[in-house]
Amino acid sequence: MKITDGLVLDHLTIFKGAKRLVALSAHVKKGEVLTLMAPSGAGKSTALAAIVGALDPFFRQHGKIFLDGQDITDLPIHERHVGILLQDDLLFPHMSVAANLAFAMPNSGQSKGERHRLIEQTLEEVDMPLHANADPATLSGGERARVALVRCLLAEPKALLLDEPFSALDQDLRATLRLKVFELTKARALPVIMVTHEHADALAAGGEVISLMGQALDISKT
Amino acid sequence: MSPVLRPISGQDQGAFMSLWSWNGLWPAIRLSLVTGLAATLIGLAMTTALFALFQGHRIFRVFLRLVAPFLAVPHATAALALTFILAPSGWIMRGVVTLFNALGIPISQTPPDFITINDPGGLALIFGLVIKEVPFLVLMCVAAWAQCDAPRRRLVASALGYGRITGFWLTIWPVLYPQLRLPIFAVLAYSMTTVDMAMILGPSLPPSLAVQISKWITLPEPLYQGMAAAAAVVQLTLVAATLLVWRFLELMGRAISRAQFQSGIRGLSLDGPIKFFGLVFGLVGFGVLIFGLLALGIWSIAGLWPYPDVLPQTYTPRVWAEAQSGVIKATQNTVILALLSTVPAVFLVLAVLQSEFLGKRTYRIQRIIYVPLLVPQITFLPGLYQLTLTAGISGQTLTVAFAHFIFVLPYVALTMGPAFRAWDIRYAMVASAMGASRKKIFWQVRLPMLLCPILISSAVGIATSVAQFLPSQLIGAGRIETLTTEAVALTSGGNRRLIGTYGLVQSLFPAIVFGLALWVPTLTYRNRRTLRAPK
Amino acid sequence: MAQKLKKIALVASLALATIFLALQAQAQDKMPAVLPANWDNVLNEARGQTVYFNAWGGDPKINAFLEWLSGVARSRYDIHLQHVKLAATSDAVARVRSEMRENERDNGSVDLLWINGENFAMMKSGNMLFGPFAEQLPNFKYVDRIGKPATLKDFTQATDGYESPWAMAQLVFEYDPQFVPTVPKNSTELLAWITKNPGRFTYPQPPDYLGTTFLKQILYEVISDRVVLQSPATQAIYEKETAKLWQWLDAAHPFMWRQGQGFPASESALAQLLADSEVAISFSFNPGRASAEISAGNLNPNIRSFVFENGTIGNVSFVAIPLNSKNKFGSLVISNLLLDPLVQARAQDPAILGFMTVLDIKSLNLEDQAAFSQLDLGVATLAPDLLGKSLLEPDVSWMSMIAQDWQKRYGVLK
Repeated sequence: MKITDGLVLDHLTIFKGAKRLVALSAHVKKGEVLTLMAPSGAGKSTALAAIVGALDPFFRQHGKIFLDGQDITDLPIHERHVGILLQDDLLFPHMSVAANLAFAMPNSGQSKGERHRLIEQTLEEVDMPLHANADPATLSGGERARVALVRCLLAEPKALLLDEPFSALDQDLRATLRLKVFELTKARALPVIMVTHEHADALAAGGEVISLMGQALDISKT
Repeated sequence: MSPVLRPISGQDQGAFMSLWSWNGLWPAIRLSLVTGLAATLIGLAMTTALFALFQGHRIFRVFLRLVAPFLAVPHATAALALTFILAPSGWIMRGVVTLFNALGIPISQTPPDFITINDPGGLALIFGLVIKEVPFLVLMCVAAWAQCDAPRRRLVASALGYGRITGFWLTIWPVLYPQLRLPIFAVLAYSMTTVDMAMILGPSLPPSLAVQISKWITLPEPLYQGMAAAAAVVQLTLVAATLLVWRFLELMGRAISRAQFQSGIRGLSLDGPIKFFGLVFGLVGFGVLIFGLLALGIWSIAGLWPYPDVLPQTYTPRVWAEAQSGVIKATQNTVILALLSTVPAVFLVLAVLQSEFLGKRTYRIQRIIYVPLLVPQITFLPGLYQLTLTAGISGQTLTVAFAHFIFVLPYVALTMGPAFRAWDIRYAMVASAMGASRKKIFWQVRLPMLLCPILISSAVGIATSVAQFLPSQLIGAGRIETLTTEAVALTSGGNRRLIGTYGLVQSLFPAIVFGLALWVPTLTYRNRRTLRAPK
Repeated sequence: MAQKLKKIALVASLALATIFLALQAQAQDKMPAVLPANWDNVLNEARGQTVYFNAWGGDPKINAFLEWLSGVARSRYDIHLQHVKLAATSDAVARVRSEMRENERDNGSVDLLWINGENFAMMKSGNMLFGPFAEQLPNFKYVDRIGKPATLKDFTQATDGYESPWAMAQLVFEYDPQFVPTVPKNSTELLAWITKNPGRFTYPQPPDYLGTTFLKQILYEVISDRVVLQSPATQAIYEKETAKLWQWLDAAHPFMWRQGQGFPASESALAQLLADSEVAISFSFNPGRASAEISAGNLNPNIRSFVFENGTIGNVSFVAIPLNSKNKFGSLVISNLLLDPLVQARAQDPAILGFMTVLDIKSLNLEDQAAFSQLDLGVATLAPDLLGKSLLEPDVSWMSMIAQDWQKRYGVLK
């Protein structure tokens, strides 16, 4: 039976030389969050890199990745429709907030006015209504993270990867942003894979928690 | 390089024998070697001390903006500017005599008879070389700095109690140096083979090997032509050998720093004196250069200006007026050549760098483009000229532009490469994940973010083209007057006023370009704090 | 995309290369194999031509003079005269030699060349010159061949019409009267002055042309029999006669500028030393130079000139036409124009150039003679009758041996 919705990892294995770093088989349904937990340096980012399509040729990859029934294992990054949020917001410094957002929007023949309205709408969604023309460098850490999030979502991805996206923020912001992220991804019914070493993040995600080798982890004991 | 051996094959044995019997051969070799090494070492020391001590402070950014335009001043102009200040009949002595006169202290009203410029030890030449090379090395260092994770390293070093200089030497230098190696080699090769600076500032009994070659070439007898060709080969060997010696010194340096690691010396006491001496030398050096350029300007409008007057007795616009038509024509050619050689170079380097990034190994920047930086021009240009003659394309603008291109390309690659590669590729990844094609990423994300380095390397390319003499003169077969060919021909007449005029105009075009390179990003990105200036 | 750029660059360069090679075929000029006797024919063929006159560009006064000359060439003959500024004559000689090696028979980049001495001897013996043409120029009849034999003999070598004279030079000393109360009449008195005034005299470093001329001048002074200088130097005579020259130099160097530890690089560097008051006695090949510089406001107005009582070396500047010149007709017209009395008079004007004329003034018509007599030769220029004897240049062998010897003795600091 072919699985036609969500993100499927079919025996995704990644080798560094002779060492096996990652061995995952998982099915992340729409609106669900899969959390990968491992100590630093174990290969969490490598796993995400493989899924998004940016794996360094230094590593060897086996297995398949499916998204909404389509085999995306051999597709280039820009055709996969897999969004990714990193620890650094990576907002383009030479563009205003609005331009950053516009960059992400797919070219579906909307007029300039329509795009502008969409940008305003999106900014309101994250409580930043007047920031369209701001220089990203003038924003606070939390504001930048929010812009990065909605930018990513404006590209209309079919799945979302989170690479420790909250670790640069302080505890309060962290909690707020976490809520926002999961609220938006649930609303858009996106399958999400999150990589973190913070138990609080995993708990907030509320989904399965596994190690890089696919073993389920019990996070109830801290 | 076979074209260069052609002139020699005619007379080989005879030419080398005559060269061997020249009593100035070993002193000339020694001079080229010593001044070249000394200038490079001092220049390098000053540059790195500057970075180690001041990078990160606000003053540093100001300093960078001040220093960059000096890259625009052609070497010969800078050398001449120095002579206006340092010669016994120059501004310093004139000032001293005028002061003494005013104070009633008796002093000779004719210039003292001591050697400052053209001193046998080559100190004046070293001084001039250092002043011209430090801005270039600083620029290269800025480019390389971004790739060494310096701020974090420095933090760690100072947290461990190391002084800034020692911390730099132990933690940043090992990572920084490999990036600087090629520019350092270029500086070393230039310092050893420069003709115009050595002729103006260096000793003459005997002169450096490069100067002697250029003198022999002007003598009609085939004997001297042969000796010039033989000496050019010797010079090439000398440069190659010195680069090898330098590599050996690198190993020694590595051993020393390893020993230092183990000893744990913190070197805190070094910072103060080095800061002091560095500042003093830096201020003196640049002060001399700035005043020298000012003197150049004044000479260009001076009427009668006898010693010991500090300012001319009369002023006249005559020289500028007389030079006008020549200057205009020469400027046109210079600008055209600079654009014809630099624009393709920038495009080519960008294209190759992007290919490299995309993983197409065959398009890596081939080492061969750096050869013109290291091989003395006089060694292969005459051969290239013969080729253009055979093809019937000598004396044409496009041919000369191509000759310039050969020298502009490596400098553009040197200045643009590090910045291009230092660009955070995660920007490309997230953009890709958002569905942007490679083309879109290159033009809309990468290039705008690299505006500063692109403009600066263009400016460096243009400055390089403007400063070219041998390519314009030889391959242009006398038909293409550039500001530099005119300046050199006029300099052979020693007319200070003309030197002043042409020297200033020669510096003006590259200075404007550098100014643009520094100010355009400021304007374009006036609302984008992080991209306004080179970090 | 980057690949596309690279492809475009490759194709473009290939295209350019092809265009270059195609453009190789230039329109040929009709070459006179020998000079046609009909001057009108020459003028006709020269109309519309461009003549690249390669001449030293280090003196703005010369440059300005040549610009004026191109104006005359354009209005009178419809010839475009282009001054190619050289740092040294040998640059152009080398270029012609390279071109002729590549069989550029009619497409040379040098049409007319200011030349004399060694460079001329080399080009003539190397069959690189077009000619003979000089004596067939209409204005050549005015040249003072009797009174100025150097117009026919360049460094003891007969010109045979392969170069045409256009200016005369004679070595004169320039001095500041404030420091030279009595003018030295010969080399002995000069040495005495040098010794009493340390650091106030020098000469350009050989093998610079003016530097070696100074050495030849001193040799003329100390030599036992001047006639030997007109024949090639033999080892025995050379060693005997130059011994006294080295003696003079050994005595003078410690009291010279920079104690002989450095020398100015060229004639113009020496001239600058005089202008800066670093030296009090200088010398030059151009008797009108000091006046010209004074009137240009570059030199102390008190400077005057002197010559030795037994004569100073003189020589002539010529123009020659390379064998592969592209515009020979035009070059012939310009060579002739240089001998035009009005042009010669203008060159002699110290406010313009201050070069001595090669013409026999008495052979000109009265109008042209007046142009010369009306000239104010300048405050520092010696009148023609005060210039004294013009000594012939020694045979070239003397100069090359002296230059080499100087290099061995003083060329490297010990």
